[in-house]
Amino acid sequence: MKVLVAMSGGVDSSVAAAMLRDAGHDVVGVTMRLWGGASDTGCCSVSDTDDARRVASQLGLDHLVFNFADDFERDVVDPYVRAHADLSTPNPCIECNRTIKFARLAERADDLGFDAIATGHHARVTTDGAGRHRLERGADRAKDQSYVLHMLGQAQLARTLFPVGVLTKREVRALATDLGLGTAAKPDSQDVCFITSMEGRETFLTERIATRPARVVDTSGRQLGTVAAMELITIGQRKGLGLPGGQPKRYVVDVDARSAVVVLGDEHDLAGRRLEVDAMSWVDAIAASLVHGVLVQSSAHGTPQPANVEVIDDASVTITFDEPQRRVAPGQSVVLYDVTDTWVLGGGIAGTH
Amino acid sequence: MNAAELCYLDHAATTPMRASAVTAMMPFLSDLYANPSGSHRFARQARAAVDDARDVVAAAVGCRPGEVVFTGGGTESDNTALLGCLDVAKSRTRLVCPATEHHAVLHVVEQAGGAVVPTDATARVRLDVLAEALGPDVAAVSVMAVNNEVGTVNDVGAVAALVRDRAPGAVVHTDAIQAPCWLDLRPLWAHVDLLSLSAHKFGGPKGVGALIVRHGTGLSPLIVGGGQERELRSGTHNVAGIAAMASALAGTDAERSDTCQHIGALRDRLVDGVMAGLDGVLETVNRADKVAGSAHLCFADVESESLLYLLDQAGLCASAASACASGAMEPSHVLAAMGITREWSVGAVRMSLGRTTTLAETDRAVDALVDAVGTLRERRARRRAGASIGAVPS
Repeated sequence: MKVLVAMSGGVDSSVAAAMLRDAGHDVVGVTMRLWGGASDTGCCSVSDTDDARRVASQLGLDHLVFNFADDFERDVVDPYVRAHADLSTPNPCIECNRTIKFARLAERADDLGFDAIATGHHARVTTDGAGRHRLERGADRAKDQSYVLHMLGQAQLARTLFPVGVLTKREVRALATDLGLGTAAKPDSQDVCFITSMEGRETFLTERIATRPARVVDTSGRQLGTVAAMELITIGQRKGLGLPGGQPKRYVVDVDARSAVVVLGDEHDLAGRRLEVDAMSWVDAIAASLVHGVLVQSSAHGTPQPANVEVIDDASVTITFDEPQRRVAPGQSVVLYDVTDTWVLGGGIAGTH
Repeated sequence: MNAAELCYLDHAATTPMRASAVTAMMPFLSDLYANPSGSHRFARQARAAVDDARDVVAAAVGCRPGEVVFTGGGTESDNTALLGCLDVAKSRTRLVCPATEHHAVLHVVEQAGGAVVPTDATARVRLDVLAEALGPDVAAVSVMAVNNEVGTVNDVGAVAALVRDRAPGAVVHTDAIQAPCWLDLRPLWAHVDLLSLSAHKFGGPKGVGALIVRHGTGLSPLIVGGGQERELRSGTHNVAGIAAMASALAGTDAERSDTCQHIGALRDRLVDGVMAGLDGVLETVNRADKVAGSAHLCFADVESESLLYLLDQAGLCASAASACASGAMEPSHVLAAMGITREWSVGAVRMSLGRTTTLAETDRAVDALVDAVGTLRERRARRRAGASIGAVPS
């Protein structure tokens, strides 16, 4: 099979490429240039691209570079910035998977005659006897990335490979070391790739959107202070609110754009059982019918919580958790897993209620 | 795939070394290793080789030997020419160039806060808008002789005349790096004060070039040190490279008119063949306006990155716009300056022929292009129709 493997220059995708090669596939590596601005790895991530090229060369694979910077800015960065202006906090890695890796790159792979694309994500694609594909959690539960891949449907799963999903991170690094790959000990990437650690999220956003000051009040309406930019405030946030220390723990429980008010409360005020989710996608039609007694994960490394799901329409559901949960910030992705916490049913984006 | 099986149409990126140039450099890579700046007889032997090379380059350019400054390549020559003009007179601080220049000029002008002027649809500098940018504060005007992407030949003489009239005292520089294979350098040099050359574009080795500096031109050095090249460029001479460059330039100069005729016919055959085999092809610049070795086409409904990959698979080496440090294709600033829409420019391919291009290579290139563009369009049409062409992996 001809496989195009996305190589970020990290250890997971390096090992993914090696595993595909060793499985006898006709493998070509590709590094996507996604961001033209500053990043922690230098202009157009030159050093990561160099790492990927070196690994491909060590493995005897052709290596390409695709420039998707325009697409990335339009489909990932701009929506990320705009969402903050609307007091919503999206996960840009998920939008990158949705619009770039498993759309733009997958189409490019189609154009070039590849049978499948592969990445270094920790997740597994399985296929049952009837040809139904499932996205399952990676073997290394601590490194599992099925949450950020939840939007993949049957057509995409049919032609997507996640070779390292069957391995633990320790095994991935051991394999990379055995193969003598220069990326074996490279640290995991953590943060949003287009925001540098020097610059930070606040600077990045305040340079791109108009921010408004807001009053900070408690649940009875008593003013506690002010914040300079309510667009940078997230539901559930505890720090960076400019309040004196030594007080009981208080969380942002509401941000009201119209009256420019940030409401703080205690953990109890943040708790709720209902959650509206929009922009839903399902792994297939059957999954959409298996919504009673599911597990719901609402952040990249959050603990899945039992819940029931009411399907409102094709694109939206209402989730009722068995136990009250801390409120999910609008814009966050909410992913449904089957009751055994093994495979993804579908997912969407938390609404404002 | 070895070099013999490749269909190499990327001569504007680099062209194979002439055998005479390889021969010319060999002694200085082995027995004659002396530093030409030394004071012993062994050094004098190396020094003589550099001086001989200077005479040969001067003859091909039509300048005096003392006007030839050897450099480490084309980018260094361009940088030296422009940055070197900035320190000369306090009242002259502005650099001017058209928007279609190579980045080795364009980025210098931009970083120095200079004026980048629009061009016409053939990538040629517009004299009327250039005139508006000229004034007594202009230190230098830089206009390339031949555009590296689309092959357009500028009227450097007309530019120089305008500068002499509107900004007397400003230095006129031409980046002639793409010129030597196709244009006689002598009439070009007659108009300008500074002229940049790069050896590997005309059959010499990489890492060596020249800046021709008209006697009396105020210029300060970019690289200082031992002052080897009349204090305008320091650093131990690359004797082997310099000897090889001179040999390559002499050969290029002697064969130029034959090469232009022969390669021009192959270029026409290539472009005509592709245009006959495919719809939706834009020839970006009329052949009358460009050099004989340049073919530049835009394909509708095709992306350059995809096309170059399929061409590469077929053994055809071509290119699109310039690549950034990561190797990613950058949107072409040249096509943007020409007013070519994004729909066309995303499907741009440059095929540059050279002295060694054969008829068989040309015909294979036509077949490869027609095949690859056809394949991409077909796959895209099928995807739009809702069918993914990727087989389901077992």
